[in-house]
Amino acid sequence: MQPRERELLRRLLRGIPVDSRPFAEVARELGMDEAEVAATIRRWLEEGLLTRFGPMFDIERLGGAVTLCAMAVPQARFEEVAAMVNAHPEVAHNYEREHRFNMWFVIAAESRAEIDRVIAEIERETRLQVVDLPKEREYFLEFIPEVG
Amino acid sequence: MELSPRDLELLALLEDGLPLVPRPYAALGGRCGMDEAEVIARLRRLLEAGVIRRFGLILRHRRLGYRANAMVVWDVPDVRVREAARILCALPFVTLCYRRRRHPAWPYNLYCMIHGRERSPVLEQVDEATRAAGLEGLPRQVLFSRRCFKQTGARYFSTIRNSLREAADAAPGA
Repeated sequence: MQPRERELLRRLLRGIPVDSRPFAEVARELGMDEAEVAATIRRWLEEGLLTRFGPMFDIERLGGAVTLCAMAVPQARFEEVAAMVNAHPEVAHNYEREHRFNMWFVIAAESRAEIDRVIAEIERETRLQVVDLPKEREYFLEFIPEVG
Repeated sequence: MELSPRDLELLALLEDGLPLVPRPYAALGGRCGMDEAEVIARLRRLLEAGVIRRFGLILRHRRLGYRANAMVVWDVPDVRVREAARILCALPFVTLCYRRRRHPAWPYNLYCMIHGRERSPVLEQVDEATRAAGLEGLPRQVLFSRRCFKQTGARYFSTIRNSLREAADAAPGA
């Protein structure tokens, strides 16, 4: 990554302004032009460096509920189970990890009751246990990588 | 904070991301019948209320070269969790730290994430974190990620919006 792009990435990690011309503002701060900022973000999305460009939500502030789930999936069934789990729109970032508990995903839903419903559905569909590990406290919020 | 149906409409559209055009908030408004000023006012209010943490990038760490991503868990006596978490958070390589409820099948209550480029330095950092927080000798597991299948974020607002629409359709005239 070019130094100029790194600088843009760092700046964007802090969030863009909610103003009429946010890309123009960021561009002005960095001495770039507006079109270049938007084009670079578009390219990062295409390259898969970014999964999304937009807001980060705090679901719990809205009375919603979030939990982390773990499953021990037999290796032979891994892809099939992953497809079943990922088909639920409430499931976010699902990771395969190296452990007997090899599937780890987050469920975010409107309420704790909805989470229970999703977990019950996944257990029924996969015939595997879902270990529900709700958060009791978050100590540290965000990952700002040391870019470069 | 109570969301109005118009807020919900806006948030559901934002789950696809912000349009990459010179006036993204105007473009967003065009898709849900609001003008730019209304979109900006609503989003600022949602930011102030903390419903939106910030507008920006959702990074895929692996693509930045952070391929060694470890979730580290310990089973820490409840009275010591807070102090241990405080120490972990102060370490520059710890990126997230949570306390979670123990489960009979997974009796760990303190979680942290360490992202790195290579495994061996990450494992050294796990040991360093364990020592720094005084967690030696306690049950611990280190789980490296192998793959990430889905990092899109849950479709939270569009799910609520759609269920409201269905409810409205099911009760015509109500």
